[in-house]
Amino acid sequence: MVQQSLLLLLLVLPFVGSIFAATMQAKAKNAVAWLSGGTMAVGLGILAALWPMISAGQVVRDYNAWLPRQGINLTLRMDGLAWIFALMVLGIGLMVVIYARYYLSSRDSAPRFFALLLAFAGSMNGMILSGNIIVLIVFWEMTSLFSFLLIGFWHHTPNARDGARMALVITGTGGLCLLAGMLLIGYMAGSYDLDRVLAAADVIRAHPLYLPALILFLLGAFTKSAQFPFHFWLPNAMAAPTPVSAYLHSATMVKMGVFLLVRFSPVLGGTPEWFNIVGGVGMITLTIGAVIALFRHDLKGLLAYSTISHLGLITALCGIGSPEAIVAAIFHIMNHAVFKASLFMAAGIVDHETGTRDMRRLSGLARYMPMTATLATVAAAAMAGVPLLNGFLSKEMFFAEAYAWHSGSPFDDSMPYIAVLASTFSVAYSLRLIHTVFFGPAPVDLPKVPHEPVHWMRRPVELLVLLCLVVGIVPAQTVGPWLDAAARSVLGDAMPYYSLALWHGINAPLIMSCIAVAAGVLVYCVTASRIASGPEGPPLIHRIRGARMFDWGLVKLTWKWPRSTARFFGTDRLQPQLRLLVLIGLFCATYSLWGAARLTPALVLDNASVIFALIWVVGAACAVGAAWQAKYHRFAALILLGGAGLVTVVTFVWFSAPDLAVTQLLVEIVTTVLLLLGLRWLPKRREEISSDALLRSRIRRRVDLVIALCCGGGIALISYIVMTMAPGNLASDWFLEHAYAEGGGTNVVNVILVDFRGFDTFGEIAVLAIVGLTVFALLRRFRPAMESNEMTEQQRWQNAYDDAQDGRERGDTVRDYLLVPGVIMQWMFPVIMVLAAQLFFRGHDLPGGGFAAGVALAIAFLLQYLAADVTWIEDRLRILPVRWIGFGLLVAVGTGMGSWMFGYPFMTTYSQYIRVPLIGDVPAASALIFDLGVFATVVGAVVLMLIAIAHQSLRWSRARSAAEEKEEE
Amino acid sequence: MELILSMGIGILVASGTWLVMRPRSFQVIVGLCLLSYGVNLFIFSMGRLRTAAAPILPKSGEIDPTAFTDPIPQALVLTAIVISFATTALFLVVLLASRGFTGTDHVDGKERQ
Repeated sequence: MVQQSLLLLLLVLPFVGSIFAATMQAKAKNAVAWLSGGTMAVGLGILAALWPMISAGQVVRDYNAWLPRQGINLTLRMDGLAWIFALMVLGIGLMVVIYARYYLSSRDSAPRFFALLLAFAGSMNGMILSGNIIVLIVFWEMTSLFSFLLIGFWHHTPNARDGARMALVITGTGGLCLLAGMLLIGYMAGSYDLDRVLAAADVIRAHPLYLPALILFLLGAFTKSAQFPFHFWLPNAMAAPTPVSAYLHSATMVKMGVFLLVRFSPVLGGTPEWFNIVGGVGMITLTIGAVIALFRHDLKGLLAYSTISHLGLITALCGIGSPEAIVAAIFHIMNHAVFKASLFMAAGIVDHETGTRDMRRLSGLARYMPMTATLATVAAAAMAGVPLLNGFLSKEMFFAEAYAWHSGSPFDDSMPYIAVLASTFSVAYSLRLIHTVFFGPAPVDLPKVPHEPVHWMRRPVELLVLLCLVVGIVPAQTVGPWLDAAARSVLGDAMPYYSLALWHGINAPLIMSCIAVAAGVLVYCVTASRIASGPEGPPLIHRIRGARMFDWGLVKLTWKWPRSTARFFGTDRLQPQLRLLVLIGLFCATYSLWGAARLTPALVLDNASVIFALIWVVGAACAVGAAWQAKYHRFAALILLGGAGLVTVVTFVWFSAPDLAVTQLLVEIVTTVLLLLGLRWLPKRREEISSDALLRSRIRRRVDLVIALCCGGGIALISYIVMTMAPGNLASDWFLEHAYAEGGGTNVVNVILVDFRGFDTFGEIAVLAIVGLTVFALLRRFRPAMESNEMTEQQRWQNAYDDAQDGRERGDTVRDYLLVPGVIMQWMFPVIMVLAAQLFFRGHDLPGGGFAAGVALAIAFLLQYLAADVTWIEDRLRILPVRWIGFGLLVAVGTGMGSWMFGYPFMTTYSQYIRVPLIGDVPAASALIFDLGVFATVVGAVVLMLIAIAHQSLRWSRARSAAEEKEEE
Repeated sequence: MELILSMGIGILVASGTWLVMRPRSFQVIVGLCLLSYGVNLFIFSMGRLRTAAAPILPKSGEIDPTAFTDPIPQALVLTAIVISFATTALFLVVLLASRGFTGTDHVDGKERQ
């Protein structure tokens, strides 16, 4: 039980540390470093506590249900391989934290850096510990995101931004492929649980989907581990601060791909496809990386390509896939992490103390920084594979595997030669690194005077180099048990016999090593003088730049092609878009209904009412008239629109829908007023628009008319067919039967709205509130057209008349004219208030309700605005619509949450009747309080919209009179 | 009755659709209003047409569901009425703002060449 909790703690700890680090002050560099180092150290302590179980070959598991029905759970699982990887993440992490404390300058934000570093370490741990292959992907993508932020840490430089984006695009795309691959693997294995996937190896290999799954899986692994042809993101990621490079590109991020290869080699490996693809890609990457590394002038660039090359080596070992090769792969993963981290740190020290990383400018630094030079030399020797150092041992194992017989194909036969060739270049670039930077004449014209760094910046390098030596000299006594546990967890019973001894006698691998070292020295001696003057990269092929091709592709894919496609297929004109939309709708409806039964209904005329028919003659005439007049006679169209609306209201009354009729009627009034207010801001239109007479416009109108007639005819047919079918609605019966018994109201429509489907209604009033606020916000920045800005014609007539008569002031005419209606409208205010209250209170039992009451009250306010001057009204009646909206939403949601207090789900209602003196029984369901919220929100939103539009005239008349006064002055 | 109403719905929808595809923004607003009448009536008519059968229940006695019209389409349409009012208002304001910014009431913000 304790072990399980430790596992969860190991996963959660870095994230907790990250949150704490992120909240610390920018100046608290020491405190953040202590926090981060402490987090890493505690993690190492947990690993130490778990070691007895791991060394005994046990697997520690912790199961936390997440989405059990989908088979996705937070299963944590630690075996030997996960343990050794967690050790690298936390161990190298601790070193990097110490190093970064001294590397970061005072301008860099230490809390941000360490928070990101810890979050990255946490994601790495999660990926390593995942016992569920989908959760593994989640953490995998998290490492992509955090590495993006870390690589782009110096986001003020374009290099860092480009490098970070490239890394994210490539590893993120790979991650998506990996997700698809994992889904396929999970499908084939019948479970996403890693243990069950590992147990289903034979099923998966024999499955027809094996090859697609393998390719998708490998795309994920290869992009992350920077394998050819996806390797180019890694050198570009060198724009990151050096501690990030030392961490991400030695021990952690780039090792994830090979971790997966090792982890899944028992499941996916052992087939010719695996051998050829993984082995082939590994060998190509190994060679290309080593060759390019020799020709790079940037210190970190050389190390980046060297990393690519070593990852290729590990991939090749995974491709070979024999038990001995897996052991060698794990061993080389560990060794590479140690010597490459120390080399990156040494390169960072050189950069930090001299101000440049260009090897053409660096020279003879050994006399200024002898300790650093010694450390770098030892680490580079380990990288080159010199005996007595850790790199030598795993490289010997690689040679032995390359030399061994596998399949007898030409590729297999050529493997030893490729291995020796790549090693030759590996020796040569290691030699170049040390020779150019630390030996030779004293450097001239460096940005800084070089000197040894502060002690603590060197300590991590010293420790790591010491590890190189110790592991290189006494491997079996140091890392032997760890390697054994890791390999055993992957290979299980297939565990081979291997020896970690230094001396195996004179055999093929030793001879290959000797050839590589000798040839490497020779290559460097021959090329040394020419490399420095040459281009950044090997001769001839340096012009082929993966990064540039990637950028070109990205620009094409995300910018040029989409734009030209949109230009070709799309239009920014609304009319064709809408026409297309209507046509698609028409097509879909026709397609799905074509040939359906009962498309030829019987004509039912026996219950037709002449009055109803006459009403609809008017309605149809209004609709067609509105369509006819909307362009040149907007006011007439608006009145006709209102006519069509009224016919709709009558239809609702006729067919037993009183609630709809009340609401529609009230909304009709508000809509008409709203549109009337808007008319003032539209351009005058008296004469015909010239382009209307063109043939093209005429054809377009005809086509649109046909489309519109088809739509109308179709919907008429559908509605006629449905209306003449026998009803068969069970849901409605349920609502009718339960409305009074459970909702406590006799008006079923209202009970549905505020009780059964209360949550929908809540969403709807939220929409209304949002629209109200949007209208308000838009109109605050509204600038009407200049021509609408001047006084209207009617106002000018009235003013002219007022000016001409004696004893009259401007505005008298309109005041006289509106005197009687104005008084009536003012007196209507209390009447409509009472009506609104009546509609609200009876809503639960009789037609009415919050919506109707809200709109009615809004009309009461609106009438006051129509009856008198806006300023006069606002001096007497202050309405704060935003507060109404806020109050309404709070009441509605508060009523919903109230049911929690009684242990019921959200929006459970309670109903009762209360006897109020004089009025009688009043329904007092909690739904009534909810309806109050609806009511208040509707009032607020409607009033807000109307006032916002009405105020435009006021604002512009003020602006106009201000402008006139100015002119007069 | 069914025939009359379905023809009415058809005319409303046809007028609305035609207007929605017009170039002037006021035409589009009127079109949307007509279209919303048509669609609301269409949804409402899916509950079949019943006269004198409003879904207002008696307070006592057994409830016979066949005596009342279908309340669900009514509840749907009630919310649709309020929402279509809100969209009309929003569209009107966008129209006014667009007219202010571009100087034209063409839906594309510029007169066709």
